[in-house]
Amino acid sequence: MSLVIDTEPRTGVSSTSSITLKINGSEKRISIAPWTTLLDALREHLDMTGTKKGCDHGQCGACTVLVNGKRINSCLTLAVMQEGNEIQTIEGLSKGNELHPLQEAFIEHDAFQCGYCTPGQICSAVGLMNEGKAHNASEIRELMSGNLCRCGAYTNIVDAIEEVINKEGRNA
Amino acid sequence: MNPFAYTRAYGVDTALNEKTERAHYIGGGTNLIDLMKENVMHSQLLIDVNHLPFHEIEETESGGLLLGAMMTNAETAYHPLIEERYPLLAKAILAGASPQLRNMATNGGNLMQRTRCYYFYDTATPCNKREPGSGCSAINGYNRIHAILGTSSECIATHPSDMCVALAALDATVHVSGRNGDRTIAFNDFHRLPEMHPEKDNTLESDELITGIELPEKGFKDHFTYIKIRDRQSYAFALVSVAAALELDGDTITDARIALGGVAHKPWRDQGAESLLKGKKATEENFEQVAETILANAQGYGHNTFKIELAKRAIIRALSEATENVHLS
Ligand SMILES: Cc1cc2nc3c(=O)[nH]c(=O)nc-3n(C[C@H](O)[C@H](O)[C@H](O)COP(=O)(O)OP(=O)(O)OC[C@H]3O[C@@H](n4cnc5c(N)ncnc54)[C@H](O)[C@@H]3O)c2cc1C
Ligand code: SF4
Ligand code: FES
Ligand code: FES
Repeated sequence: MSLVIDTEPRTGVSSTSSITLKINGSEKRISIAPWTTLLDALREHLDMTGTKKGCDHGQCGACTVLVNGKRINSCLTLAVMQEGNEIQTIEGLSKGNELHPLQEAFIEHDAFQCGYCTPGQICSAVGLMNEGKAHNASEIRELMSGNLCRCGAYTNIVDAIEEVINKEGRNA
Repeated sequence: MNPFAYTRAYGVDTALNEKTERAHYIGGGTNLIDLMKENVMHSQLLIDVNHLPFHEIEETESGGLLLGAMMTNAETAYHPLIEERYPLLAKAILAGASPQLRNMATNGGNLMQRTRCYYFYDTATPCNKREPGSGCSAINGYNRIHAILGTSSECIATHPSDMCVALAALDATVHVSGRNGDRTIAFNDFHRLPEMHPEKDNTLESDELITGIELPEKGFKDHFTYIKIRDRQSYAFALVSVAAALELDGDTITDARIALGGVAHKPWRDQGAESLLKGKKATEENFEQVAETILANAQGYGHNTFKIELAKRAIIRALSEATENVHLS
């Protein structure tokens, strides 16, 4: 298959350009091409390899990050589209050495085996809690279905999230 | 992905002016970026339409709602006005994709998403939708997810959206802007059947931009359901889905809407069959009769032939659930 490009793009940014991304509260300036996904920008340009690449097609959730507090698949968005937004990754969840309650709960409940899906699971769970739509294990299962775990740690993942939701609920 | 340029549009005129045959609007990117990575779609310029002012739900003069095209699927499904007045739409949207994808996907992009036919995605195989005239690999190939209604000798693909099935049942209208002005398209006329031109999914002109989706006043909030049957309980496309909406006076049906997903190149409605229910009692026998009528001309292609019986049973179950207003699935 040949690519259907025979002339230069008419307008807009066509080659590498400098953009600023707000990641975990700090501004990062990078030079990237428009076709770089947010996931590749994080991993390849910023050496932030906490966010994982599983399928690269929106089918697994390993690349989940938060944009303005909402969970998204970073493999299906372009870095240039995210200029101006607040991006949060797994690297930004703990406060110094103090882990995020969901990170604590994942350790407590042994909610992973190989750990490859874990950053995506935890970011997704943060998004889930921001949404406030899951109140019990069955709702957690449905609303965490965008994150696959090939090790099958699902039962412990659901337990970990349920515990944090119950705790935060009581505190609120 | 092929190299391309990127620009953000802050006004409709800019978006329309930038648009050429080789340029694409981009909403959430969840379908377009996927297909560009697969080399199925190519673009010279992506016009980011997320900054256009279509992020709200407005009440219309006729008592309905106008949904902004750049609102996300999640914002739409969880909006209080949708939850209250159009719960069928909320249920259908939430049956689709994953929370992450619904946070990204825009309402306009959802209507425009392409088929999930495996051969359409596989550039090593012939496909009339991807490369007109090359042939259809599915008709004599593996066609378990393919269409059973309204197919042609050129293409048997289905439209994969859940949201669109509910919009078809609700008689929505699509608002679009083009270089020649604005127009509205009745939902049933938006997506098309493949006929001899499967490369055309819908009736939108290449310069046109979707700006909104209008819902008429009637939301069928008392008797509705959306049933989605799939290989996996969640995060999977429909094999068959049914949006059913009834208006009842006691146990007599005064209005009925039935739209099917996963069975055709567009959300499938059969208004002739629906009218058979008007004035009838909401009984299983009457539901069976309407299911038989809707599937009367269905044609299986081998691996997907099971969908004919599956669709009938799903219609009967959906109408029964809508009558009782229980939402099991
Ligand atoms: C793994 C996976 C699972 C999924 N499962 C489901 C499912 O179960 N059910 C379901 O319904 N969907 C499902 N989807 C599909 C998803 O709903 C669509 O990809 C999404 O709705 C597309 O919206 P978008 O804004 O991301 O579109 P984009 O990818 O941005 O655009 C799609 C197309 O629409 C055009 N476009 C975008 N906005 C406009 C506009 N305003 N006017 C004119 N043209 C426009 C673009 O040019 C492009 O051609 C799934 C997707 C993935 C990746
Ligand atoms: S069914 Fe349509 S999309 Fe699939 S291979 Fe045939 S022509 Fe292509
Ligand atoms: S890597 Fe993004 S969803 Fe799998
Ligand atoms: S822990 Fe291995 S993939 Fe989930």
